[in-house]
Amino acid sequence: MRYQVNKKGYYGNFGGAFIPEMLVPNVEELRNHYLKIISSKGFQKELGSLLRNYAGRPTPLYFAKRLSERYKAKIFLKREDLLHTGAHKINNTLGQILVAKKLGKTRIIAETGAGQHGVATATVCALMGLECIVYMGEVDIERQAPNVARMKMLGAKVIPAKSGSRTLKDATNEAIRDWINNPVDTHYIIGSVVGPHPYPDMVARFQSVISKEIKKELKSKFKKENPDYVIACVGGGSNAAGAFYHFLDNKKVKLIAVEAAGKGIHSGHSAATMVLGKPGIIHGSKTLLMQTDDGQITEPYSISAGLDYPGVGPVHAHLFKTGRAKFVSATDEEALKAAYLLAKLEGIIPALESAHALAYLEKLKAKKNEIVVVNLSGRGDKDMATYINKME
Amino acid sequence: MNPISTLFKEKKNILSIYFTAGFPNLNSTKSILDALVGSGADMIEIGIPFSDPLADGPVIQHSSEVALKNGMTIQLLFHQLDKLKVKSRKSKVPLILMGYLNPVLQFGMEHFCREARKAGISGVILPDLPMDVYLSEYKPVFEKYKLKNIFLITPQTSEKRIREIDKRSDGFIYMVSSSSTTGAQNGVNKEKEKYFNRIRRMKLKSPVMIGFGISDRTGFSKACKFANGAIIGSAFISHIEKGEPVNKFIKQII
Repeated sequence: MRYQVNKKGYYGNFGGAFIPEMLVPNVEELRNHYLKIISSKGFQKELGSLLRNYAGRPTPLYFAKRLSERYKAKIFLKREDLLHTGAHKINNTLGQILVAKKLGKTRIIAETGAGQHGVATATVCALMGLECIVYMGEVDIERQAPNVARMKMLGAKVIPAKSGSRTLKDATNEAIRDWINNPVDTHYIIGSVVGPHPYPDMVARFQSVISKEIKKELKSKFKKENPDYVIACVGGGSNAAGAFYHFLDNKKVKLIAVEAAGKGIHSGHSAATMVLGKPGIIHGSKTLLMQTDDGQITEPYSISAGLDYPGVGPVHAHLFKTGRAKFVSATDEEALKAAYLLAKLEGIIPALESAHALAYLEKLKAKKNEIVVVNLSGRGDKDMATYINKME
Repeated sequence: MNPISTLFKEKKNILSIYFTAGFPNLNSTKSILDALVGSGADMIEIGIPFSDPLADGPVIQHSSEVALKNGMTIQLLFHQLDKLKVKSRKSKVPLILMGYLNPVLQFGMEHFCREARKAGISGVILPDLPMDVYLSEYKPVFEKYKLKNIFLITPQTSEKRIREIDKRSDGFIYMVSSSSTTGAQNGVNKEKEKYFNRIRRMKLKSPVMIGFGISDRTGFSKACKFANGAIIGSAFISHIEKGEPVNKFIKQII
């Protein structure tokens, strides 16, 4: 079984580029050049240096002793939360801004939900001196004020998406419309492994540094480069794609993806796409998608703004259908509990998104000597209002 | 012969009007269609509303949102076209369905084509159905039900791709007038004329209709100098949203 993208841009039955003709020249330009650009020595050197000196890579693979005692397994946390801007998102935005420069683009657009990808994009645009426009749902702008302020301080223009449900999906629509209107000078930095080919593959490659480092660190410490489990949360799925990437072809490594169940999978307030979705087209990609019987895209719900996306990256739809990864879910309550527990046992406040991955430790029945890596994709600073509000 | 082919054979300066099914009211479809046919529209594009219309500007986004709130679905649209005995069924005015791929896929492509044929539809425009996927998966079904699939070109489309699209087209080519979503009110300027001329000089075998950003008589007549006709959408929708009669709009154009 093949888990990487094929030449036509598909993961099994999922992926492709279902885009209107207006976007074809831009997407083709990217498709024709991205592999050559990112595999060149100069690019690798420049990106490597930025990841190391600017973003703070490699991130620690931290052995969580007290968490391990509690769950009776060897639990390691991949500390993406320690990166500059507070999450794994910067791995991708640094890569893409370099690609954009190589393509001669001078204007950058992005979508954002909770604001993490928006901040990571605004950051690299400031670094490179490029114009930055971030689309953000009007509803999200209200509930994520600190990140809006960060983006503005970094020099980005934040434009409210006022269409549809005024959240992440609509911000993505607006970014795509912007790209249709500005096809020559603009690069669209998509924040997850979603969108038309080659985006899912390109973003996964930039995030694959996560699993590359996990392998390296385990090998040097334990002379065993493969963990028994890798656990990551999935909204669009970029941190999971990166954490799974180098383990996909080794079936001994059990991959676990945790979706947001919201108030319960069948409560009507959920973002568990694998359970609730059917094949369809969203943002230029064929994938599993939450929608009505008439094919209208529905609005997901999760306490974590970074996980409430009605679709999922096509690579994950493929991993789900083939059974290569196990897809589970955690509710708002379970995620909150896991976040409080990590704070108390390890002195780490995780992002609400990453807390969903941690929540699965309650259900994972690992053996005592098994190595479990949880991808701690982001830190919880941005979620303090929610944590304070829910603290009793 | 497919009514689209007949139309392009017999007429120049073709006016095509787009409206969103289910807007402003769920049951507006028949009255709008009848009025369009009665007042001289040559071709009509019926929009299937979608929750996430990527290629559309604010006017059509809004009409789609209202239409969905009103309860419009593909099934209901076919029912309306089937049962309401709209005048256009007897006239030669070709009806085209325009929409996004996802609702059509959920309905089922063959089911969609079969029902479309039954409802008197002559062609289909699905902007997010890529040409290669159409050719490899859906062309036989379109042909079985005698539906023309309409492709788009834009100012950025390469000459090579335009040639390929021309080769694969058998209805007409939908020439997007500028790099924009629908509803840009920027008229026909020098830059667009240059692009229109460039396409005209390619001497394509397929008829060409210019759309996006055409909103009034001036824009329409300018577009007609370069192509077989033009398509008006957002401007018409804004007009009917104000409660103005359909024929008044058409009189302003032709």
